[in-house]
Amino acid sequence: MTAHKSERLMNLTICLLVARHYISKERIREAVEAYHGLSDDAFDRMFDRDKEELRVLGVPIEVGTLDKAFDDEVGYRVRRDLFELPEVSLEADEAAVVGLAARVWQHASLASATTQGLRKLRAGGIAVDESALAIVEPQLATDEPAFDAVFAAVTHRRPLTFDYQRPGQEVSGTRRMEPWGIVSWHGHWYVVGHDEDRDATRMFRLSRISGQPTFTGRPDSFQAPADLDLRALAQSLAPPPPDSSATIRVRTGAGDALRRRAARSAPVDDNWTELELAFASAESLADELLSYGPDVVVVAPIEVRERVVRRLTAIAMDAA
Amino acid sequence: MSANAKDQVERMLALVPYLRAREGIRVDDVAKDFGVKPAQIVKDLKVLWFCGLPNSVTGDMIDIDMDALDGEGVVRLSNADFLTRPLRLAPHEALALMVALRALRETAGQERDAVDRALAKLETAAGDVASRASAVDVHVDPVDAQTRAVVDSALRESKQLELTYYVPARDETTHRVVDPMRLIFSEGQVYLEAWCNRVDEVRMFRLDRITGAALLETPATPHAESHRVDLSRGIFQPDASDPLAVIELEPAARWVADYYPIDSQRELGGGRLQVSLRFRNERWLQRLILRLGGDARLVEPVLLSERVRRSAAEALKQYAS
Repeated sequence: MTAHKSERLMNLTICLLVARHYISKERIREAVEAYHGLSDDAFDRMFDRDKEELRVLGVPIEVGTLDKAFDDEVGYRVRRDLFELPEVSLEADEAAVVGLAARVWQHASLASATTQGLRKLRAGGIAVDESALAIVEPQLATDEPAFDAVFAAVTHRRPLTFDYQRPGQEVSGTRRMEPWGIVSWHGHWYVVGHDEDRDATRMFRLSRISGQPTFTGRPDSFQAPADLDLRALAQSLAPPPPDSSATIRVRTGAGDALRRRAARSAPVDDNWTELELAFASAESLADELLSYGPDVVVVAPIEVRERVVRRLTAIAMDAA
Repeated sequence: MSANAKDQVERMLALVPYLRAREGIRVDDVAKDFGVKPAQIVKDLKVLWFCGLPNSVTGDMIDIDMDALDGEGVVRLSNADFLTRPLRLAPHEALALMVALRALRETAGQERDAVDRALAKLETAAGDVASRASAVDVHVDPVDAQTRAVVDSALRESKQLELTYYVPARDETTHRVVDPMRLIFSEGQVYLEAWCNRVDEVRMFRLDRITGAALLETPATPHAESHRVDLSRGIFQPDASDPLAVIELEPAARWVADYYPIDSQRELGGGRLQVSLRFRNERWLQRLILRLGGDARLVEPVLLSERVRRSAAEALKQYAS
């Protein structure tokens, strides 16, 4: 049945595309052979369904008044300028990078959207080469179950509702938002938008959304702010700039990563070097230094030193 | 609509203008470009044969040279002047393409200029929907420009590189000569995939952990494409043969479950969570448990758990005096 249906949809598209003006349902019925021999009801149902299905594919079917004198009769058309991909011509090096783009998405639905887009570009006359051996290969992956729904909501500007689990908490709460954008930060996806309950801009990590988000509004029901700067918002995820200084000792042969970012370094003896490190949060510095075990000793400040001692004690005392 | 009819109509709308511009192209080549089997293209053509301008008895249906198709396996399509251009990019297609190109831009060296020009042209072609592309952003941490330039030259000129590379899992700085293969951006980081002549295997080097890179005069040995890491399941694929660690996390350490690929997890009540994860390197696991400072308890392997405790006790001694 696929073939019949595809043929009917193609012929309907062509019929609407070649019509210079709105044409009536009756004329469409005559023109498209597959609509012959149907009862009025059956034709109406089939035509309505076909129309919707073509719209889903992106065929811009418009409805308008046929004739000013008979303003109750509607007709249909597809404007060629809205239907057709505009002329694009790419230089060889541009076509090559577009070919590389085909391999970027490691996520089924986005990969197929890219493939479909490339097909159209090829049909538009561009020679896209996807087989080139790349020396640069970006990968965008997502295993967050909520990704597709959030991406669709952002693309079509539809409000979303989802259950969200805040870090360190077991129970989730319901969030309602207008999703303005998605940003990938250190391999994790975040959705940024207007939190309707808090009436403020919020950022949510997709991996903490439990279950499937639901659309709670029509497409195009909000506008993202014109000056939306996702990159700047994402910066808020970065740690604050360092404003304090710590003194630590590092055992010879260890802690290269610490030595490289030290503001000052001075040998103490054959076994130890003293480093001065800039930091913003005593807690994160202490936790980082803990990972070096006996190869690092904190001298100052006292709050870093105490946290390290307290936490080392907790590990050492743990009677498993 | 059945996925089949939807896919077929979508494909045929592109197929007609594609074939108009490529008279006499082989079915096999069409199939490759459309990512389907040749038999599917033949099926599509047989449907297209019945499509065309309605209301006219002859002459206005799409014409396909069926003899050439059956005999030589080439496609000749005519009489399709009503479908000269493909359909516009749908919003999700434009967005997927542009975001992919922007990720490429962030990773690219010399190609950046070509990416910018391609992006500008696609934005124009996409029309209104292009404005939505700003709703998706991919952040790449800046990489040291000098390291990047040396790595780029080595890749372009197929020269060997001498790397000084820091391995945080072992808190160790290593030196090696590598044959560079390609740059990969994955999970927010840029990696150099290269053949490491020290271990005679392909390795991934995170660019921000390369502390020294020198371009050597020696040409890089080409390595078969088969050595390239299969990226289809992500850059890090926990191996089922890697040992399993079982960790109990206090609420403050639950982030571990977000951050590392977890094999399985179980709520323990009171906000505590038990996770199992695969690890390749014992030092890495020990350093993780030390970092979690009592907010995590390593249940298994028992031997490592004991070693972490001893390490903490030893560190404490240095604060006793």
